[in-house]
Amino acid sequence: MKLEDALVYSSRALTGARGRTWLMLLAMAIGVGSVVLLTALGEGARRFINDEFSSLGTHLLIVIPGKVETTGTTPPLIGGTPRDLTLGDALALSRSSTIRLHAPIIVGSAPASFQQLERDVTIMGSTADLLPVRNLELSSGRFLPPGDPTRGSPVAVIGKKLKKELFGNKRALGEWIRIHDRRFRVIGILKPIGESLGMDMGELAIIPVASAQNLFNSESLFRILIQASSREAIPRTKKAILSILRERHDGEEDVTVITQDALLSTFDGIFKSLTYTVAGIAAISLGVAGILIMNVMLVAVSQRTAEIGLLKALGSRQRDIMQLFLVEAGLLSIAGAALGVIISFSGIWLLDQAFRDFPLTIPLWALGAAIGVSLLTGLLFGVLPARRAAKLDPVTALAGR
Amino acid sequence: MIQLQGVNREFPVGDETVHALRGIDLDIEAGEYLSIMGPSGSGKSTLLNMLGLLDRPDSGSYHLEGVDTTSLNEENQARVRRDRVGFVFQSFHLVPRLTAAANVELPLVLAGIEPAQRKARVHETLEALGLENRSDHRPDQLSGGQRQRVAIARATIMRPAILLADEPTGNLDKRSGEEVIQTLETLNRQGILLIIVTHDPEIGGRAKRMLHMVDGAIVDDRANTEKAGADET
Repeated sequence: MKLEDALVYSSRALTGARGRTWLMLLAMAIGVGSVVLLTALGEGARRFINDEFSSLGTHLLIVIPGKVETTGTTPPLIGGTPRDLTLGDALALSRSSTIRLHAPIIVGSAPASFQQLERDVTIMGSTADLLPVRNLELSSGRFLPPGDPTRGSPVAVIGKKLKKELFGNKRALGEWIRIHDRRFRVIGILKPIGESLGMDMGELAIIPVASAQNLFNSESLFRILIQASSREAIPRTKKAILSILRERHDGEEDVTVITQDALLSTFDGIFKSLTYTVAGIAAISLGVAGILIMNVMLVAVSQRTAEIGLLKALGSRQRDIMQLFLVEAGLLSIAGAALGVIISFSGIWLLDQAFRDFPLTIPLWALGAAIGVSLLTGLLFGVLPARRAAKLDPVTALAGR
Repeated sequence: MIQLQGVNREFPVGDETVHALRGIDLDIEAGEYLSIMGPSGSGKSTLLNMLGLLDRPDSGSYHLEGVDTTSLNEENQARVRRDRVGFVFQSFHLVPRLTAAANVELPLVLAGIEPAQRKARVHETLEALGLENRSDHRPDQLSGGQRQRVAIARATIMRPAILLADEPTGNLDKRSGEEVIQTLETLNRQGILLIIVTHDPEIGGRAKRMLHMVDGAIVDDRANTEKAGADET
């Protein structure tokens, strides 16, 4: 018997038993659909984190005061530290040749007002280098002026949202705002980039680092952002930072240096394994679909006993009958997988409409694997019914027993 | 053409063993017209299945066209069934979802014959049995007699040497039964070896050679002289 004839015969058998066929298609479709959909979600989460981190800047290293003894990558946001990180430390870092740019950062909260409007805002003290290090963009005006970081000037760059809240639709550039008890002239407005690492850049006011030190009456830096000269230079930069700061801190290593890559690869690893786990759980439903196919095919074999007997009387070999039933299982799997792919694509589309910020894409490997596995389960679980059909005794089969 | 020697076949039924065939010796020549009669349970269907290679003897030998069939493997037995033997059943055994033409085409499909050639042979065979305008009907749209003639078309499309009919008129009324028997007899006159199993003496009596079976043994085997003569006129 030719394969194309077997295909025609089996597809007629499938369309002949509609209810049964739909049931099996549905099971397979749900299996394939859930594998693809859940993998897409996991992959989307991974990409989301990835994008989030790469928007931080390139070749980025973060110096945080205090030493974390564990090798974990969570930044120690709170925790005692014997020695503060100072502006002097930051300036000393420029000695290293692998450091291209560095931006010291002080963060604090203070009320900012313009005329009668007042808001509590996050104040970030930094230098001109913050713009390239942190990948920030301005929608109008200019950024903090370059120059000696130890001397502050009364200028501020504010976020888009803060500008809206204080000025409404009025022009903000050149106006004086009051932060705590000092006055700052607005020289630039940031382009909205949304939330980044839990800090809303829209509600921020950036002032020169020396001004911030005066404002908060504190010498200590929140952290230092550093851009290495290249990706390859990142490990060397990390060593250089540690040795420079150890020298300045009486030989004690009391800072933590986090590299963006380390953060990224950790999160990447977590989300990859999450994706695989979810895909694995979804794959169980494929297995269930396979078992359902086996059951329903066994029923089909016993319902079509007489037909199998007839095929044998007409000269079908065991191989031919085996082939017929396996082709049937294969057709079911392929059609079920196709249906599942349609389901998953429409599911992704719906989710995409609901959560626009979340990058949802179906990874090609998941698509291929789901279809491949469904075909494999279909054929695997089709073997038992097919063998049973092939081994039927023609005389009893013809009698319909 | 067919030689059976000392063929035995036993079935376990519950705790007992039923001797469906006991020491059958039989010689049949090509083109003969045979009927096998006997009460139910006498082993006539088992003998027919044995002749059609659907069943194997427990002991004894079966030579078909000089070949010892008991030594053939499953694949070769299937090939002999496909090429040399046609079956007609009491309950027709048409595939309900296929049209008459597709049912008739089935043996050609199983044999892997090219589609173009298949169409021509199906048409030719249906035409010979006067079914050409029924070819697109499904079995449930056909009368009993038509269904059995579609089944005969299917049994003969591979141009077998042997046509085995197990109670071919059992599910038919008298008139369509008569038509079916005439169709079979026409095929026999064209040279096919026809063996009909029946318990209807009227149908069995039309054959040129009549076998009687009781309890798995052939008790009577004689030429039907009067019928043979009547058939010529």
